[in-house]
Amino acid sequence: MSEQTTVAGSQVGGEVVPATPAGGSGAAETRADPKPRNNRAWWLVLPVVVSVAFTAVIPLMTVVNFSVQDVFSPSDRIFVGLEWFRSVTRDPEVRAAFVRTLLFSAQVLLLEIPLGVALAVVMPRRGVWMSVALVLVALPLLIPWNVVGTIWQIFARGDIGLGGWTINNVLGINFNYTLDSTDAWITVLVMDVWHWTPLVALLAYAGLRSIPGPYFQAAQIDGASAWATFRHIQLPRLRGVLTIAILLRFMDSFMIYTEPFVVTGGGPGNATSFLSILLSKIAVGQFDLGPAGAFSLLYFLFVQILCYVFFTVLTRSGR
Amino acid sequence: MADIRLEGVGHSYDGGATWALKPMTWTWRSARAYALLGPSGCGKTTLLNIISGLLTPTVGRIWFDDREVTGVPTAGRNIAQVFQFPVLYEEMSVYDNLAFPLRNRKYPKNEVDQRVRQVSRLLGLDDLLRRRSRRLDPGRQQIVSLGRGLVRSQVAAVLLDEPLTVVDPALKWTLRSKLKEIHRDTGHTLIYVTHDQTEALTFADEVVVLNEGEMVQAGEPAELFLSPAHEFVGHFIGSPGMNMLPAEIVGGVVCVGQADVGTAAGQSGDGLPPGPVRIGVRPEFVRVTGARTSPGVAARVTGIDRMGAYDLVHTRVNGHPVIARTAAGSACRPDTVEFLHFPEERTFLFRDEVRCGSLAPLNGRDQA
Amino acid sequence: MAFPRSGQRLPWARTVFWLYVATLMLPLLWMFGMSIRPNEDILGSFSLIPQRVTFDNYVTFFTDAAWYSSYLNSIIYTSLNAVMSLVVALPAAYAFSRFRFAGDKHLFFWLLTNRMAPPAVFLLPFFQIYQSVGLFDTHLGVAIAHMLFNVPLAVWILEGFMSGIPREIDETAAIDGYSLPRFFIKIFLPMIRSAIGVTAFFCFMFSWVELLIARTITSVNAKPIAATMTRTVSAAGVDWGLLAAAGVLTIVPGAIVIWFVRNYIAKGFSLGRV
Repeated sequence: MSEQTTVAGSQVGGEVVPATPAGGSGAAETRADPKPRNNRAWWLVLPVVVSVAFTAVIPLMTVVNFSVQDVFSPSDRIFVGLEWFRSVTRDPEVRAAFVRTLLFSAQVLLLEIPLGVALAVVMPRRGVWMSVALVLVALPLLIPWNVVGTIWQIFARGDIGLGGWTINNVLGINFNYTLDSTDAWITVLVMDVWHWTPLVALLAYAGLRSIPGPYFQAAQIDGASAWATFRHIQLPRLRGVLTIAILLRFMDSFMIYTEPFVVTGGGPGNATSFLSILLSKIAVGQFDLGPAGAFSLLYFLFVQILCYVFFTVLTRSGR
Repeated sequence: MADIRLEGVGHSYDGGATWALKPMTWTWRSARAYALLGPSGCGKTTLLNIISGLLTPTVGRIWFDDREVTGVPTAGRNIAQVFQFPVLYEEMSVYDNLAFPLRNRKYPKNEVDQRVRQVSRLLGLDDLLRRRSRRLDPGRQQIVSLGRGLVRSQVAAVLLDEPLTVVDPALKWTLRSKLKEIHRDTGHTLIYVTHDQTEALTFADEVVVLNEGEMVQAGEPAELFLSPAHEFVGHFIGSPGMNMLPAEIVGGVVCVGQADVGTAAGQSGDGLPPGPVRIGVRPEFVRVTGARTSPGVAARVTGIDRMGAYDLVHTRVNGHPVIARTAAGSACRPDTVEFLHFPEERTFLFRDEVRCGSLAPLNGRDQA
Repeated sequence: MAFPRSGQRLPWARTVFWLYVATLMLPLLWMFGMSIRPNEDILGSFSLIPQRVTFDNYVTFFTDAAWYSSYLNSIIYTSLNAVMSLVVALPAAYAFSRFRFAGDKHLFFWLLTNRMAPPAVFLLPFFQIYQSVGLFDTHLGVAIAHMLFNVPLAVWILEGFMSGIPREIDETAAIDGYSLPRFFIKIFLPMIRSAIGVTAFFCFMFSWVELLIARTITSVNAKPIAATMTRTVSAAGVDWGLLAAAGVLTIVPGAIVIWFVRNYIAKGFSLGRV
């Protein structure tokens, strides 16, 4: 200690400022000076650009190509301009599917975000039970999507599934997702909540873990109730991860395909026929490449615009 | 307001293998301003958290006057605490931040307003009351945290855990004197944790020095400086710290090498048994003379730091470093031999790091 | 130790949590229950507990080449994809976290927008392109196709982790005479190995669960297990027991992987940047 002593005595020279503030912003923004400018860094990014070009750009160009042509056979095609875009946006079936998908995404967000946050708050924080809880909660995320479909296809059936059987025979409600539109919708929605709430919970859990201890101590000292602690300490500090959660859940629920395809196949009727189910019906089922191309581009564009809006609103509201 | 009494309170984070805080008994007296001083990791924060109830001590009991609070959680203790880094309710305005502890305790509305305005005026936050707290710079944020600690009128004590670390130096002095002022007005018991001796000595009525989980000395600032009871206090307080020079007691006389520097006087005025001892004397009191005086020791000058208002003369006595503080413009030159004199009333003897006595005049046993 | 003691403050919270977990497990347990019953029992009469326990469904799975080879296919292309995504994403993430260069911000967000492409959009082009370049029905083909969504994700997560490592480390190494590649491999990679683990986990996960693209660009040799499962409907109806057994087996690799990275999950989720 003696060498520190001589320093500590010298007026202001004695300030030992820890490198990582215990109560700082959490993120490790280590330095204020800007990163060096170096265009040779492009060489490091090149593999990514090439791989993404191959997996995304070229296929996308193909889609653009389809969207402005009427394809009869690979060698026989006519340029039709924006005709397909016009017809797709006027198609009542597409419009209905669009509204349906939007409604589904809205319901998914309203259910999964609060539920996920609530789960994260009550999740065990340490010890073996924390590990067990994490693994069990994360399990649905690692199941292939069609298997998720299969699981619920089985589970919700009135004859051989526990869920469907319980509703029919214990609660006495007539439930059949293969015949009733509402039942089918509820089944798909519950399945999505089952499948994806864990993602929100894990994100929120990670966010909660990054809140420094003194915040909770201060709340105790200030006599805050559990609710006030959540409202004024935990929730404001979850903004970042919740932004990610909302974006991911919006994109993925708006693009949902496999699970409802396995469970309901889009039916009964068109009750659960979401945009992507309709799209693959047009593209693969009917092989209408032009309309499918135009549809794809509009779809992609809409997801991007809405994500941008979410992102802007969520980050602005915090300032 | 209450006396806070610790009865054999100690804490161990690893189930008793090592003490973060060794069991201690001590009373924080009501309405005084204390500084808790010690290097990082000496157990200051542990002690603070035990008082505020964030931590339950492994052993011992805590009393607020006649009420035992050992098992009482933080909310039931009526303690205010300010942390090292700003802890704010970020989405609230400064006003709401200050009002938060009062509203949680259901203070009447007009009293909340009155208290908040009083504190904001004292801390110079009046213009910021409507601002959202997360938009302030860290220094201002910390002042708001400080305000939240001071806003409640009925608290047993206000605990401050290195509260000025993030505040810039110029503002630091102002805030520290503000704190003293508030202390005078409100009569809160303050416990101010710091590792900065200047902060501790200028702030407190009484300074408590903690080292390696142990309370080594408590006393008024001047007392710690003039009469340290432990080698650590000598080192830690003062700039540079106290010189420690190995010596030997032979027949009641303290010798450094061949030179006698004085007689040994025990704590109660009697003599000390012979054996090795360490002489502690602050640089401020070491006198440098060119000619051999008695009693005194020969010292080789190794360097001189010109500090402006004074000089620090670095020397070696029998190979051990000794620093003397002299008036500016010292005539000493490196590699010359000077003689050092240790004044009896300011020179102490230590054994096992604890003070065991002081130096007394040679009483004509001068061997010049 | 300074952590929120929500369990103490909300005594009922733990109970609610474990009740939720139990509910979460119900559909999985039900599927497991079905996988160990003979088909006659599944369709015959409803019962909570299996009357007769049989492992025939699992035996069928592991003796029928169509089943177990597609299981292997999935594992092969998933692992291949994780490795390739990491190899490509590591230098890029390093570049984004350490340098500014022309168009860096646009590139970063453009990469992320690829995560927003509905897979259905790419089905036809993928089918055509992979056939024309000879990648159709190969493990490598599927692995490359899945880079569509895994590379942006990997860059995103890794960049977050790398930005948390002080640049002084790089500068010190440069002064000590390390070349960039040597520094990267000898010093930097070991420092972020937990990040690599987390990223590999995410790549594995998203590749493992994807079916639409994988099914489109395979037919026999690289057919994923998930695709095989969609074809259990035969003239005799759905073979529910076998389907359930396959379903249970598809969960196993994920469960194993998640157990290994359980301590990094919280970290991995929190360090990505918005």
